[in-house]
Amino acid sequence: MAQIFRRSSNTIARLLVVCGVLGPFGLAWATYVVYWSPWTTRVGSEISQPVPFSHKHHVQDDGIDCRYCHTSVEKSGFAGIPSTEICMTCHSQLWTQAPLLAPVRDSLASRRRLRWNRVHDLPDFVFFDHSIHIAKGIGCSSCHGRVDEMALTSKQAPLYMKWCLDCHSDPAKFIRPREDIFNMAWQPPSSQSSDGPKLLSQYHVNPTTLQDCSTCHR
Amino acid sequence: MKPILSNSPALSEAREKLKGLRGPKYWRSLEELADTARFREMLEREFPAGWWGGGEGLGRRDFLRVMGASLALAGLTSSCTKQPLQAIVPYIDQPAELVPGRPLYFATAMPFHGFGHGIVVTSWEGHPTKIEGNDSHPISLGGSNIFMQAALLDLYDPDRAQAVMHGDDASTWQNFLGALHGVMERQKGRRGAGLRILTETAASPALSAQMEELLAQYPEARWHVFDAVSRQNCHEGARLAFGKTVEAQYSFDKARVIVALDSDFLFAHPAALRHARQFADGRRVSAGSDAMNRLYVVEPTPTITGSAADHRWPMRSGRIGAFAAALAARLGAAGAPDDTEHASWLSAAAADLQANRGASIVIAGDSQPPAVHAWTHAMNEALGNFGKTVRFSEPKIPNTGSLSELAADLAAGKVEALFILGGNPVFSAPSDLEFAQRVAQAGFSAHLSADANETAASCQWHVPESHFLESWSDVRAIDGTISIVQPLVNPLYNTVSAHELLAAMLGSAETAGYDIIRKHWTGAENDWRQSVHDGVAAKTQSPFVEVKAARIAFNNSTQPAEAAGLELVFKPDPTLWDGRFANNGWLQELAKPMTKVTWENPALISPALAARNQLSNGDIVELKARGRTLGIPIWITPGQADDCVTLHFGNGRERVGGVGQGVGTNVFALRESANFHFEGGAELRKTGGSKMIASTQLFHNVQSAERQVLREGILAEYRKDPDFVQKSVEQPPEDETLYNAGEFAYAGPRWGMSIDLTTCIGCNACILACQSENNIPVVGREQVSKGRSMQWIRVDDYFRGNADAPAITHMPVPCMQCENAPCELVCPVGATLHDHEGLNLQVYNRCVGTRFCSNNCPYKVRRFNFLFFAKADYHTPSLKAMLNPEVTVRWRGVMEKCTYCIQRISAARIAAQEEDRPIPDGGVTPACAQACPARAIVFGDLSDPQSRASKLRRHSLRYSMLGELNTKPRTTYLAKLTNPNPALSEGAHA
Repeated sequence: MAQIFRRSSNTIARLLVVCGVLGPFGLAWATYVVYWSPWTTRVGSEISQPVPFSHKHHVQDDGIDCRYCHTSVEKSGFAGIPSTEICMTCHSQLWTQAPLLAPVRDSLASRRRLRWNRVHDLPDFVFFDHSIHIAKGIGCSSCHGRVDEMALTSKQAPLYMKWCLDCHSDPAKFIRPREDIFNMAWQPPSSQSSDGPKLLSQYHVNPTTLQDCSTCHR
Repeated sequence: MKPILSNSPALSEAREKLKGLRGPKYWRSLEELADTARFREMLEREFPAGWWGGGEGLGRRDFLRVMGASLALAGLTSSCTKQPLQAIVPYIDQPAELVPGRPLYFATAMPFHGFGHGIVVTSWEGHPTKIEGNDSHPISLGGSNIFMQAALLDLYDPDRAQAVMHGDDASTWQNFLGALHGVMERQKGRRGAGLRILTETAASPALSAQMEELLAQYPEARWHVFDAVSRQNCHEGARLAFGKTVEAQYSFDKARVIVALDSDFLFAHPAALRHARQFADGRRVSAGSDAMNRLYVVEPTPTITGSAADHRWPMRSGRIGAFAAALAARLGAAGAPDDTEHASWLSAAAADLQANRGASIVIAGDSQPPAVHAWTHAMNEALGNFGKTVRFSEPKIPNTGSLSELAADLAAGKVEALFILGGNPVFSAPSDLEFAQRVAQAGFSAHLSADANETAASCQWHVPESHFLESWSDVRAIDGTISIVQPLVNPLYNTVSAHELLAAMLGSAETAGYDIIRKHWTGAENDWRQSVHDGVAAKTQSPFVEVKAARIAFNNSTQPAEAAGLELVFKPDPTLWDGRFANNGWLQELAKPMTKVTWENPALISPALAARNQLSNGDIVELKARGRTLGIPIWITPGQADDCVTLHFGNGRERVGGVGQGVGTNVFALRESANFHFEGGAELRKTGGSKMIASTQLFHNVQSAERQVLREGILAEYRKDPDFVQKSVEQPPEDETLYNAGEFAYAGPRWGMSIDLTTCIGCNACILACQSENNIPVVGREQVSKGRSMQWIRVDDYFRGNADAPAITHMPVPCMQCENAPCELVCPVGATLHDHEGLNLQVYNRCVGTRFCSNNCPYKVRRFNFLFFAKADYHTPSLKAMLNPEVTVRWRGVMEKCTYCIQRISAARIAAQEEDRPIPDGGVTPACAQACPARAIVFGDLSDPQSRASKLRRHSLRYSMLGELNTKPRTTYLAKLTNPNPALSEGAHA
């Protein structure tokens, strides 16, 4: 009677045992890698837009303040995306024939709204508010990175909850003086470990309540 | 599918139980009173056996099937999905007043019941999402009712008519104008002899002016008015008493004693919201005084006004006239025979009224014949109430014809062109007029209404009407105050307003709604703007007039002899009104007061009548009146007058959208001109059939014999011993907790809520306000019958005493926001936990749907999303625009519950922190508290000892529901006080 299992079966069986033990770990690791990879988070990936708008040009070359276009950032949860008219305040005078700007001119002429693609998109069960962050000393670049250096806009942080909590659990590391909110080049100074707590108390930020679920979820 | 609820209240058992009863005993349903096994099971479990729909037990195969499906779905939803890309769409030119991401508020007014109700509408970037009462409006006073709340859903109703229809063919406004032009030209030559216009009571002065202009151009044309919920008796009563039509303006806040004769003045009255506030103010013991008004109600069927009464006496409608006349006679206001049957009630009420001369009100309901109204006027005058609690204004009532005159003209072939502006007379007209056939006799017929209803189907043309949130108009409140109705949004479809249609008929130069209204109000631009902004035009209130009441004799012409036999009473549906809201899911699913019936309009009968005919809830009976018959399920209603069947009209629409299709019974089939309000002599026959009725009465029970959740007392007892409530409740010591001291430290405000059971009238406005604010989905009849209704706040009705004439208390139950929350301890994933302000949070994105929390909640206030109930809201484009963007739309498999309107707290907190100031008292008002017309719900910061909520928490009437469980609820109640007449024994009450 012939053998049912060949000798190689032993090797396969041993491999299977090893896979059985390591497999779940491997799977977990692979999931983790995929989950945090830029493929999923879209960190650094430039999303196509109807007009290849350059923050770098408008901020660095033209010196336009963030709030010229993002009008409601200090007043509302939503920072605001410039209306066609805001674009056209300048572009009715400058680059009036530029083919790149045709969608903007068409929008005004045809009364059809521009459709930009969201770069920073939080899940619908998260209620982020720009105005309170600005009022309490969290600057643009803390979350959005060096937008002033981006020719095409991409996101610089995964915007995962863990990332949010890095700051919500210890805002002293990131808080900055209010006059530096719109300063793109601001970096925590070497004295941040002593400045941070001072700013927290000066701006009446109570870190104990910042990690309440209700701060962001409702 | 097998219904969860069998329709079997064991009445005989209930009666046996009552016999041996001593002291107060509260019950929510006849089943509870009988303490049936069914009820015990409902009490002990979150859902009754079979809740999941598979029968009594869950077999192995069923279990595997369900689990397999769940796992497969879990796999699908959690596998590698990437967040989809979304567009962001800015304005072309952003309005100057708009800050993206922040709402704007606009004052306008809702025409309802023939009068204006001032509202303030929240608008997010151009789409209205919430309706509230306007604080500056003299009628709404910041409060709202269920219809105002639900009007929002009507705006976005995907079943609205969207195009002009000519017969069954889609047409256009231009085509209609062409046809209209021909018709009007022909009528011009005939001085309008063949022209008839039918409207509802014109609430709009501009519309009346347009009609007058039309009648001037076409002098022989006629304007007819018909309302299914008619106030004609009230006006005729005034004419009888004063010789002219005057509108009574009541000041319930100044009244110490009120007698309501079949009058639901807290709900079915054009000034109901103001009445509710004034009535509540007159008995708000929590405000510091220990005085309360006293309300006597005589009525055939329990209404919320009846439930607010200190003495409520069920009485057939036809019997009330004699009672009123006898009361008038006792007050020296009429010559009438005494009502010996009710002598004890009459002498008590009459003595009480006499003792409060100048501070009392006698009021009759619109169902009662004109003479009863005339007697109430005479009584008020004899009591010296004129000029004090009752004043009169002269309404501007145009000279119009009735519906029966129009029907006669139609039958005689006199009508060449019929325009029906608004309403739905083919559905709601008295059946003896056979109005559908009559309309067909018109040479040309056109109907203007928001939905393609029965009348639209009978007319040649149907023109879709703009919603009041889409059009310019004006509206007069019952006290005369004018509000400009301004649109919140451009018409969603190709619709026109009645003004625009009339302008087309008139050939006016102004064709747009704004121009028509602006032209009518010829004022300075500043005044106009101020009026539009405020929602009320200054100094437009009608002046009061002096009147003198005539004595109306009691004879057969004033009071028809009461017909023997079963009485049929026709009342507007408590949630659908005259049927105009039949396609409104919020209102269909709103449990009607007292019966808690949803998605149905059963005939209400008394327990005794049910016992005599061996009927149980849902049994279909055949009612016969005036040779017409109707099959309808019944509902046994404690407190219903015996030998009297209440039929709520408004349901059973035939041509209605998907929501109202096939729901309820059309009781207009039995209503004729002669029995318009009520009539005796009907017959009732058991058919043997029965229908499952989705009532929430048995669900969410929290009380048992050992655990009474309601605290109640009488004013005299409270005066003697203000702490009587505190002595009756077991209060565990504050420090009795499983947590270590200081383990959880509160920071910032400590939110809390106080609900005053004395002033709550049970109008249900809070439920719909919450539904609208918090994107709560409608689940449908079948799901309601399984106990899966999603409303976050419910109103429990408790009955006390005899099932034939019980005392009724309403108890709104939102989440208690317990400090020692039983739900939090059992959540395996930490999806429900505390925040530092003491809110008991529900984190949807963490919830995996174990439902442990709900099982452990002693208050049964948690709601589980069994299916994707928000599917319609989520996928229907028009409904999407209605959702509150500040609140997550919950997915299937997620637990949800009242959050104290955390989005409003967050908005107030952010605004306060940005300005480095504390949130002032009153800075946050949850939707329920804001809607409450009686201001029975007070919300605030308990860490501020001066806040209103804190003060109420220290009030001696305050108690916690199931406080003995040591859950430390943040929502607490103020015990209900009633003010019965000491001259009447407690037995008279029950």
